[in-house]
Amino acid sequence: MQTEIIIAGFGGQGILFAGQLIAYAAMDSGKNVTWIPSYGPEMRGGTANCTVIVADEEIGAPTVRNPRAAMVFNLPSFDKYEPLVVPEGVLIVNKSLVDREYERDDLITVMIPANEIAESLGEKRLTNMVMLGALLEHLPVLSIDAIENALSQHLPERHKHLLPLNSKALLEGAQFAREAFAPIK
Amino acid sequence: MARELLVGNRAMAEAAVRAGVQAYFGYPITPQTELLEWMSKRMPELGRAFLQAESEVAAINMVYGAACTGVRVMSSSSSPGVSLMMEGISYIAGTELPVVLIDVMRGGPGLGNIAPSQGDYNQIVHGGGHGDYFPIVLAPSSVQEAIDFTVLAFDLAEKYRSLVFVLADGNIGQMMEPAELPPMQPVDRPIPDWAVRGSLGRERRILSSIYIRPEDEEVTNLRLIERARTIEANEVRYKEYYLDDAEIVVIGFGTAGRVAFSAVREARSKGIRAGLLRPITLNPFPSKVIAELAANAQAMLVVEMNSGQMLDDVVRYTTGQVPIEFYGRMGGVVPFQDEILTEIQRLAHQTPALGIDPRENWLRQMKERLN
Repeated sequence: MQTEIIIAGFGGQGILFAGQLIAYAAMDSGKNVTWIPSYGPEMRGGTANCTVIVADEEIGAPTVRNPRAAMVFNLPSFDKYEPLVVPEGVLIVNKSLVDREYERDDLITVMIPANEIAESLGEKRLTNMVMLGALLEHLPVLSIDAIENALSQHLPERHKHLLPLNSKALLEGAQFAREAFAPIK
Repeated sequence: MARELLVGNRAMAEAAVRAGVQAYFGYPITPQTELLEWMSKRMPELGRAFLQAESEVAAINMVYGAACTGVRVMSSSSSPGVSLMMEGISYIAGTELPVVLIDVMRGGPGLGNIAPSQGDYNQIVHGGGHGDYFPIVLAPSSVQEAIDFTVLAFDLAEKYRSLVFVLADGNIGQMMEPAELPPMQPVDRPIPDWAVRGSLGRERRILSSIYIRPEDEEVTNLRLIERARTIEANEVRYKEYYLDDAEIVVIGFGTAGRVAFSAVREARSKGIRAGLLRPITLNPFPSKVIAELAANAQAMLVVEMNSGQMLDDVVRYTTGQVPIEFYGRMGGVVPFQDEILTEIQRLAHQTPALGIDPRENWLRQMKERLN
């Protein structure tokens, strides 16, 4: 069993860290995992994306053409990855930063206002955690508990006080995704 | 030691630290910079030497000098930076010094780009510097191998008084995977009896790559090639996947090798008897096993992230025994699994004629793709 996840958006949205959290949680759960950024000369504000593969068996190629899931944080990423997710895969869209509806009806799609939810929690940098919560609600690869454990293990010491808020963001994202998602047609 | 989630560049740096590297000299270049960055933090805190030189030319000559003292030394760079080092590399080889160099390859030629590539195969494996020399070249395909081969590189360098390259690519450098670091080795290793570090109380030693009399140089040349043959007899390493009954034998190293592994595994699930040979030592080249595989395979497919540089070595050692085809992506493009699977399926469906130009089919495909 192998699950590929592409996470894409602007630099500064916590794209790479969200992917690393999945990777830490997968490793701590005894699974094989690869995390690879699409590295480039971009800095904050440029495009950022990473591919995470979680598998029970040995992982070969660390990048894939067609992922099982995509988490897209902005319109260019939405446009790029919506067509690439495998049929019956999962697409999580940050509705706060896109101005169109989804087109695929063969995916589980969640259009989630992740920026607004994060802001309602008082910390707009939690957008990535809201998105991640929504993803895990529909992608049975890791539990929210595993992510919370990874956060407490690997969050830098100076950010440890934000743990409860991160957990809240994960749960809010999951709850939204549980209640509002477009099922596979 | 526990498994940690490690990025390739830093993992190689920390592996070198734990292998007892006493001096690092380098110059930043993407996609290798995190290696140097990690060294800039770790080496001073351990009281060891870290120096960011003014250029790769300076760095390699600092490595040359430090290696003469008999301690573990290294540098790292990426393709254009390694090109700049070539003169010093040849001097190091000519002086028969143990040195570890890491090349995290990127797209080229020229300034190229910073994406992963395997375009330095010929330059590193067959020697980009002048004169006859034969570096050991290790090709990791995962973060764990990047760690293990960095440690192995120091051991082999010392064992054979040889230059050893770890030939990685941007994917290996930038990727994170769970991996285990080795235990910390002591740095106070025995000083070899050729090292120069002050001759008070003993006869003077000289380390040099200068042999003014051609006859003396020739003696050195002979010693170097004999050493290379010993290394070939002792140190060939490769990994085999599904090769026992393989009719289609795929050969690829590094990142191309692991993408090929995915394709071969999928081909197996479709009932195709495909297997993979992933060379770990590119020098010494696993020529014997390749020749053996060629005797039993229906077809071979060489997969690389270049225009077929290793392909030419495979062709050399299979001497027309088996039809060989090539599939490569260039310029920093990494092939996807399905591209390689398509080639395996095609070869399984229809065996090409013996003696076919291995690049012909691939070049036609590439032209169609780019038009």
